[in-house]
Amino acid sequence: MTTAATPLIEARDIVKHFGSVIALSGVSLTVNRGEVMCLLGDNGAGKSTLIKTLSGVHKPTTGEYRVEGRSVEFSSPRDALDAGIATVFQDLAMIPLMSVTRNFFMGREPTRGFGPFKWIDFDHAHAVTREEMHKIGIDIRDPHQAVGTLSGGERQCVAIARAVYFGAKVLILDEPTSALGVAQTSMVLKYIHQVRQKGLGVIFITHNVRHAYAVGDRFTVLNRGKTLGTYTKSDIHIDELQNLMAGGKELQQLSAELGGTV
Amino acid sequence: MVDMRAGATGPGAVASEPSAGPAKAPPVQDERLREVSLLTRIMRRPELGAVAGLVLVTIFFFLTADRTMFSLAGVMTILAPAAQLGILAIAAALLMIGGEFDLSIGSMVAFAGLIFGAAIVAWQLPLPVAILATFVVAAAAGAVNGQITIRTKLPSFIVTLAGLFMLRGMTLVGLKWVTGGSTQLRGIGDAAGEGVLRSLFSGHAFQGLFSWLAANNLIDKFDNGMPKVSGVPVSILWFIVLAGIATWVLLRTRIGNWIFAAGGDANAARNSGVPVNRVKTGLFMLTACAAALVAILTVLDAGSTDARRGVQKEFEAIIAAVIGGCLLTGGYGSAIGAFFGAIIFGMVSIGLTYTRFDSDWFQVFLGAMLLLAVLFNNFIRKKVTGER
Repeated sequence: MTTAATPLIEARDIVKHFGSVIALSGVSLTVNRGEVMCLLGDNGAGKSTLIKTLSGVHKPTTGEYRVEGRSVEFSSPRDALDAGIATVFQDLAMIPLMSVTRNFFMGREPTRGFGPFKWIDFDHAHAVTREEMHKIGIDIRDPHQAVGTLSGGERQCVAIARAVYFGAKVLILDEPTSALGVAQTSMVLKYIHQVRQKGLGVIFITHNVRHAYAVGDRFTVLNRGKTLGTYTKSDIHIDELQNLMAGGKELQQLSAELGGTV
Repeated sequence: MVDMRAGATGPGAVASEPSAGPAKAPPVQDERLREVSLLTRIMRRPELGAVAGLVLVTIFFFLTADRTMFSLAGVMTILAPAAQLGILAIAAALLMIGGEFDLSIGSMVAFAGLIFGAAIVAWQLPLPVAILATFVVAAAAGAVNGQITIRTKLPSFIVTLAGLFMLRGMTLVGLKWVTGGSTQLRGIGDAAGEGVLRSLFSGHAFQGLFSWLAANNLIDKFDNGMPKVSGVPVSILWFIVLAGIATWVLLRTRIGNWIFAAGGDANAARNSGVPVNRVKTGLFMLTACAAALVAILTVLDAGSTDARRGVQKEFEAIIAAVIGGCLLTGGYGSAIGAFFGAIIFGMVSIGLTYTRFDSDWFQVFLGAMLLLAVLFNNFIRKKVTGER
């Protein structure tokens, strides 16, 4: 059944209610191998609810969710992780006071020894950490150094590298660039591009159209819990995307008033 | 010149001496690895403050105290109270690194003493059963503390503050109930009997060794040939062994990594698959069991237990942990630091009696040391993490 053409993730008509609040009212999206799918939408559009549903935090009220062609029902983020869907949350999942190595292997420490006398194989862990950091071009001078000493962009990259190393097939990145400066952002975007070339699927959530357009292959725009549409890069211009995301008119007007800088 | 060659192990040195090149390949070294200076590595150790403090305190007493303080007998006198506090402080340090406090451990010492004493005197249980029962009750109380903290998401400070009063009150009520009106329960030492197990929890170890040392004039002895120090109190051995185990677990095992993670950022740790709730509950059980151990050790030594056992020990344990480098916010600290923190405590509380200072300066010292340690820890943390 599973072929190269089978989407990694296929969500159809996902509906999610929280009591009387309808957070998602029928959202569909697919992610293929080696593709960056950008999920765009303004605040309150339902981006967060959607990714939390895809990553196993929430269960959809109705709708179909397939991973590599198989219908799935996740009851925890751990299930999603085991199916190869790794989420790098905005608040990172990195602990500043702990060393890069300890963070990298947190929850999945390699051990040696037997019975109750197991210890962490730090030689292996340090070597792997250094190697993986080298691959993404981060020069960690010393794997003992605390993650707090890394820049925001480097931390995002460490979090992504960790997910890739532990066998993720799909990466869900929740606004990885929203708190970063220009140089840091380009570093993260470059790394997203690298991950795509490895054949992973990436869901890149952002409300910055420029960042999305720089690395995205396809764009799904959400508005008020619905999919406004999915477009490939050749189909749509960056300005149209911007308008679509903001719900059209008002922003165009504002853009004209401000001389086209929005 | 010969010395230069012997020291020439770095890649640069090899390059400057081509004659040595072909004979042995230069060591494979990662060029991206910057040599971390010894100073940086030392600065990164959380227990640095405690070691520095211990050195300072030792120098102070060396200059002001009577020489007998540093004799073998004097050192044992210092280490005995340090050991009792230290067992609590090591457990408290692990719990603090895991992001929680336990203010009920002082009262737990009294309550566990009551359970242990009642088991032996009132219910006449054999010593092994009494010891087991004491640990089981303590672990259960710790688990309750942990579960309440986790489920209600209340600060453990408040939850265990309630425990502090409840356990103390239950000890008083229980003691009067068991003894028929007294707040002291006597006769435990005699009723406990002798045996291998008892010698694990009371008395002195290595007595043979100390007699031999005295016989060979290697240590001080009385006129009748008995050594002045008959052995090492077992509490000191417990203290040292527990410090070793705790340090190894913390720095070298998965559980240690999970403790740091749970205290550093519980949500991030959960997202990475760390069983945070189990880790925290386990740590609460550990601190309660440490209190039970101190109770058994002290009750067997004294032969009796009373309601005022362990008063203020919860604060002293936390102070020792903080002196040892634990941050109040969790996620950072060391078990061996708490070990040194407890020794500083013992040294000052006992040491002042060897000097001409009023021994009530102890309290002043306590507060000042705490304040200094917190300031120092904050500074070091910023240095270590490059916090901006």
